[in-house]
Parts: sequence; structure tokens; C-alpha cells
Amino acid sequence: MEIGLITLAIMLGSLLGWLLKQSLNTQPWVAAPVEEAAHQAPFNANSRLVALTTFLAVATSFFALILSAYSLRMELGDWIPLTEPQLLWTNTTVLVLASIAFQWTRNAAMRGDEAKLKPGLIVTGLLTSAFLIGQYIAWQQLFASGEFITSNPSNAFFFLLTGIHGLHILGGMYVWSRATLKVFGGAADVRESIQLCTIYWHFLLLVWLVLFGLLLST
Amino acid sequence: MAYVSIADRDHDIEHHDPQTFITKYIWSQDHKVIALQYAATAIFVGLIALGLSVMMRLQLGFPDSFSFINPENYYQFVTMHGMIMVIYLLTALFLGGFGNYLIPLMVGSRDMVFPFLNMLSYWVYLLSVIILIVSFFVPGGATGAGWTLYPPQAIMPGTPGTDWGILLMLLSLVVFIVAFTMGGLNYVTTVLQARCRGMTLMRMPLSVWGIFIATILGLLAFPALLVSGIMMLLDKAVHTSFFMPAISSMGADPGYSGGSPVLFQHLFWFFGHPEVYIVALPAFGIVSDVLSTHARKNIFGYRMMVWAIIAIGGLSFVVWAHHMYVSGMNPYFGFFFATTTLIIAVPTALKVYNWVLTLWEGNIHLRVPMLFAIGFIFTFIHGGLTGLFLGNVTIDLPLSDTYFVVAHFHMVMGVSPVLVVFAAIYHWWPKISGRMFNEKLGKWHFWTTFLGTYSIYLPMHYLGFQGVPRRYFAMGNTDFLPASAQDLNAVITISALFVAVAQILFFANIIWSLRKGPKADPNPWDATTLEWQTPDTPPKHGNWGHDLPECHRWAYDYSVPGYEDDFIPQNVPADTAPAGRDHGVEH
Repeated sequence: MEIGLITLAIMLGSLLGWLLKQSLNTQPWVAAPVEEAAHQAPFNANSRLVALTTFLAVATSFFALILSAYSLRMELGDWIPLTEPQLLWTNTTVLVLASIAFQWTRNAAMRGDEAKLKPGLIVTGLLTSAFLIGQYIAWQQLFASGEFITSNPSNAFFFLLTGIHGLHILGGMYVWSRATLKVFGGAADVRESIQLCTIYWHFLLLVWLVLFGLLLST
Repeated sequence: MAYVSIADRDHDIEHHDPQTFITKYIWSQDHKVIALQYAATAIFVGLIALGLSVMMRLQLGFPDSFSFINPENYYQFVTMHGMIMVIYLLTALFLGGFGNYLIPLMVGSRDMVFPFLNMLSYWVYLLSVIILIVSFFVPGGATGAGWTLYPPQAIMPGTPGTDWGILLMLLSLVVFIVAFTMGGLNYVTTVLQARCRGMTLMRMPLSVWGIFIATILGLLAFPALLVSGIMMLLDKAVHTSFFMPAISSMGADPGYSGGSPVLFQHLFWFFGHPEVYIVALPAFGIVSDVLSTHARKNIFGYRMMVWAIIAIGGLSFVVWAHHMYVSGMNPYFGFFFATTTLIIAVPTALKVYNWVLTLWEGNIHLRVPMLFAIGFIFTFIHGGLTGLFLGNVTIDLPLSDTYFVVAHFHMVMGVSPVLVVFAAIYHWWPKISGRMFNEKLGKWHFWTTFLGTYSIYLPMHYLGFQGVPRRYFAMGNTDFLPASAQDLNAVITISALFVAVAQILFFANIIWSLRKGPKADPNPWDATTLEWQTPDTPPKHGNWGHDLPECHRWAYDYSVPGYEDDFIPQNVPADTAPAGRDHGVEH
């Protein structure tokens, strides 16, 4: 459970630091005029970004706890390391490219360079779909070589981790498709959607790199 | 001034003025309606769970007198009673119900930041409740694995409900977690982003603090239940071996090997212990506000109360294994968890002292909500003290499988939060419904419930010390017990029936109030917090009419010297009224 604990400690610690800054050196019982009190703004962020950050904390806790279970289960005698398909390297590269493409699109959106939005979003969508298809093919390759989910706990964790990560990507694709439809429908301001999607893509790339590193090393 | 952005810029809140009956009361995006939907659903399933506990008590008090209770469905009653009470009643009611109703009103917002997501949260919660109820009626019935759902018995033949019951239970939990996450994102974002002008974090009422920190705990802890739920679903459905050891079942080999049931326990309690505080922290916050209001005195040590809530929240993540002492562990491990468990008593005791000191020299009005709040202090101290026993490994081992534990956790997280639920409902009922309740009926409800629950759980401590085993359908080979233990069990059952029937007083009061209750004053308790300062009672859609309130002071300016009233609402400007300590309230 160390992985889960350390991750939570980091997240709770950063929250605690902020809460203490808000609450130390205050005198709540003093009735002060509004202007004075108003200096204590929590985040210079909009609500959707706050909600996304909170959700990423939830997802981080989720993945960290699976990894905790992974490390505990690994130590029990019957663990046979799985040889991951080489295809995963390609998939990883594709996912990195998807993140780069989204960042490029986001930068274009921030500059107001609207001509680049459509190709940027399409390329991102294609790359991300390619990643998902690649993961599916990797599963098929494992099945073909007789590696099923029940064959060994390492297999079970492999399918569980890649499956849950894939589901998170699918959720992201839903939001991506809404943003893309907005752009093609000629909506005025899509900067925020693209900005939030980009953050989510980077997060899932980071999660994947951690998962992939762990799968390779064990 | 980012934190006023939502409140100030009206267009940030999606406009959704309800037009028809359906958009107003069914597919509503108004936080108050959603709160009532959450509360009504939670109380409804809570009544089912109450019925289940009555069935359990009938068997324990008068063994084998009732043909409709057999060992199989006894275990189903135990399991579903526990699961419903902890998750589907208390978590949903405190966060979905009170969280939804109170957060926007108390921080001076028009609604939650994401009203549509909020509505979705309720309907997904309702779906989880429906799945839960359906599990009673599938072949084999609901799961009887105990509310902790420990493998391997949770999914092995021999336990009731291993065909469909356990699948639906796990599915329902997964759906519940999705609903909770949608709600939780809303509560956190609303507290952070939608506070009205002047409402700094340290001016928020403690109710909001309790709900806020409990929501953060829930968001970080429920994933542990999700992980264990998904992994157990896979163990059950496709025969992976995450938790399932090599085992033979009725002479056959189900094909499991090498899994660890203790791994499940770690994940489950990593969620399960914070869950205690997900329920307790909102109760702590609400009780602080009720005590302060009805004692006409500022809460003692507001900042300490806030930090205690935060400290308890943080510590609740490092005590989980004290639920697993009997599973066997490295003694140093047990030592660590016993230490952290006892440390958590420090901020908790601090809160208890502060509640008592708030009452000290207060101008106490023993109205119905106040009675329930003071009753909570009693039951919570009681349950907390037995927690000190059970937190120690050596004392826990012999007591763990006895009724002492049942008495402990029912005192501390059954009776105590439920008393706060009633305190809160009576306290805010005039604002919610616009009508007063019947004071006399309410007092009868309090005394029957308070004394009745004491007469249920106090004797259980004694039974536990005698060694009466918990979870058992019948006593079995327990010759070491005196025959009088069974008499005591019968007494407990009669008390339980009495308390269950007494809850009719509560519902009668609600119905009486809705039909004949006198119209409520907008601020019948002379309270300071913003929800009592709304232009309409009950508050209309959008809460505040044309202008949002401005907050000028903390929520606890009661009995300030030199001011005509004994309370100053949070929206009264500083230059028109003095503030607490500046004028020597503290002698």
C-alpha cells in the first residue's frame, strides 16, 4: 500500500499547504470590510479547470491504488512475469505524438490561429484512435500466444491496467469529439475545451508511461 | 478575486429556469430539489435497512420463533443492513442531501457550479439504489457475505447470494461511486469557486467545512473500493485470482490459485476507514453550528475546529489496518496502526471539548435540534471511548468478534450520525419547508430515540465482555455464557422494536407540519448563517433574488455586547454592527 499512501500524501500535502496558507494568520472573528477579506482568492483558475484537477486527483488515487495492489500481489509466489508485446513501444510512441499534437493544437487555439484547429484536432483524434487500436491488437497478440487474463496474476493485472487506461482514453475521446464538433460547427470560443482536453491527454500519457515502465520492469 | 467569479458573473452559472412540473421537481437542476430527492431516496432505503435490523433482532431476541427467518436470509439481512446504512443512507444523506442543500446557501451561491452534473449525480445514485433493491429479488437473493464482502466466502458457494446477489452488489457500488464522484466534484468546486464576496474560507460555517473535507476524503478513498470491487467482479465473473487463493469447493476445484484475501482487506479498509469520517465529519460540522446557534454563543475555538477537521481527515488514511488486527499481522505493523489510531483521538477529543465549552455559560435553548445535538455529544463520547479499547491490538483480539464491537460502531457511527441527521432536519426544516414542526412531538421523538438506542447498545457492551459472538445466527456451543445473556438479548430486541416504532413520531411530525404546521419565520432560530437570510422561505430558484449576499463576518457572532440583537447575521456590514471579540465577549 506504500504507493497509494505516498501518492495520497503528496496530494493531501499540497492541499494542506494551501489550506494552511488560507487559515493561518487570520482572525475569523474580526468583522472586516469586503475588500480586505477578498484578497484571499483560492485559485486563479476557472471552475472547469478546478473540477478537472479534482477529477485528476481522483483518477491518480485510483491508479495508485491499483499499483499498490499490483506490488502486493506480485510478492505472492505464483507471479510469472509477462513478456509484453513489442507493439506496446509503437503504441507508446503514438500516444506521445497524440499529446504533442494536442499541445500544438492548444497553442494554436491560444494564439487565435483558428485555421490550425481542425487539422490539429483531427490528427490528435487519429493518433489517439491508433493508440487504442494498437492496444487492442496487443491484446489479440497475447491471446494468440495463449496468454489469457486467467493464465497468471501478472496477465490479469496487465489486462486490468491497460483496459482501465483505455477506458479513460475513451472518455477523453468523447470530450474530444464534442470539442471537434464545436469547431466544425463554427463555435466562437473553444479555447477552454481544447485547453482542458490537452491537460487530460498529458495526464493519461503520464499515467501510461508509469504503467508501461512498471509492466516492463516486472 | 477569482473566488467570486462564479457568483459575480451570472452567465457562468448555466441558466435553467424551470418551466414545467417535470423540470421543476423531477429532472430538476436546482440544488435544493436535488438535495430533497437525495434525502428522500436515502431515507427510503434507510427504512428498508431499519426493517432488516428488526428482523435480525427478532431472531437474536427470540431464536427460532419466526419461520420467515432462516440462517441464509439472516446473513442477507446483516449484510444489506450494514451496506445500506453506511453507504446508501449516511453517505448519500450527508453529502448528497445536506451537502447539496447547504453548500450553495451557506456560501452565498445561486446553485452548484455544474447543475446538470448535479442532476446526473442524483439519477445515477438512484440507479445504484435500484440495482441494490433488485438484488433482493434475483435467484439466490441478495449477498450474505457481510457488509465487508470479504473473499473468498463472498463469492464461494455456501454463502447466500453468490450467484447474482454479489454481482449486483458490486455493480451497485461501482455505480454509486460514479454518482458520488459527480456530486463530489461539484461540492469541491462550489466551495472553492462560488463563494460570495467576502466569504473567505475561514468565514465558512463549520457545516460547510465538514462537508468539504468529507467530500475530499470520499473522492480519494472511494477509488479503493472501486479497485477492490472491479477486481472482485473479475475474480467472480472470469475467474482471475486477485484475491482468491487455491481452494476447493465441495470437492470441486473452481480454478483459483495464489490470490490474497488479505489484499482485499487492505483495499477495502483503505476505503472503509476514511468512510467512517466521510460520515462523521459532516456530522461534526453540522452539530457545531446547531450547538452554537441554540446556545447563543460563538463556537469555542473556531480555527481549532477547522484544523481538527483537516487533521482527522488526513489521519483517517493511515489507520485502516486497525480493522484487520485479527487477520494476523507483523506486530510492528499492529503497533504502528494502534499508535495512529490513538493519535486520531487527539483532534477528535479537541472537538468534543470545544462543543462542551461552547455550551459552557451559553444561553441554552433546549429546542428539538439542540436536544439531538446534545444527545450526539453523549453517544459520540461513549462510542469514542470504546474505540480507545478496540484501537489497542491486545484488547481488540479477544473483543473483535463479540458484541462489544457491534456496540462500539453502532454508538459511534450509527446512533451518533443519525442523531445529527435528525438535529439537522429539525434545525433546517423551517427553511426547507417554510413551516414549523410540532415541538412537543419532536421532543417525544428525541427522548424515545435517545433513551431507546441507549437501552439497545449499552447492554451490548456487557454481552461483548461476556463473549457473546457477533455475526452468529444462533448462539451455538457457548456454554460459557450464563442463561441470562439470552434474557438480555430479548430486552435489547424489545428496545429495538420500540425505537423502530418511535420513528413514526418523526414521520407524523413531518406530515403534520406539511399539512397544518404554522408558517415559519424566515429565521426562526435567530441564526447568523446566510441560508437564513434568503429573501424567500423556502428559498426560490436562484436563492437570492436579484442581488447576491455579501459576507462581512464569521458565522458565530452571537451575543455580541453592545448590539441590540443577540446575533449578527453574516451579511450585516462591519460598520453597522460590532464584531465579537473586539468588544470583549471573551472575559
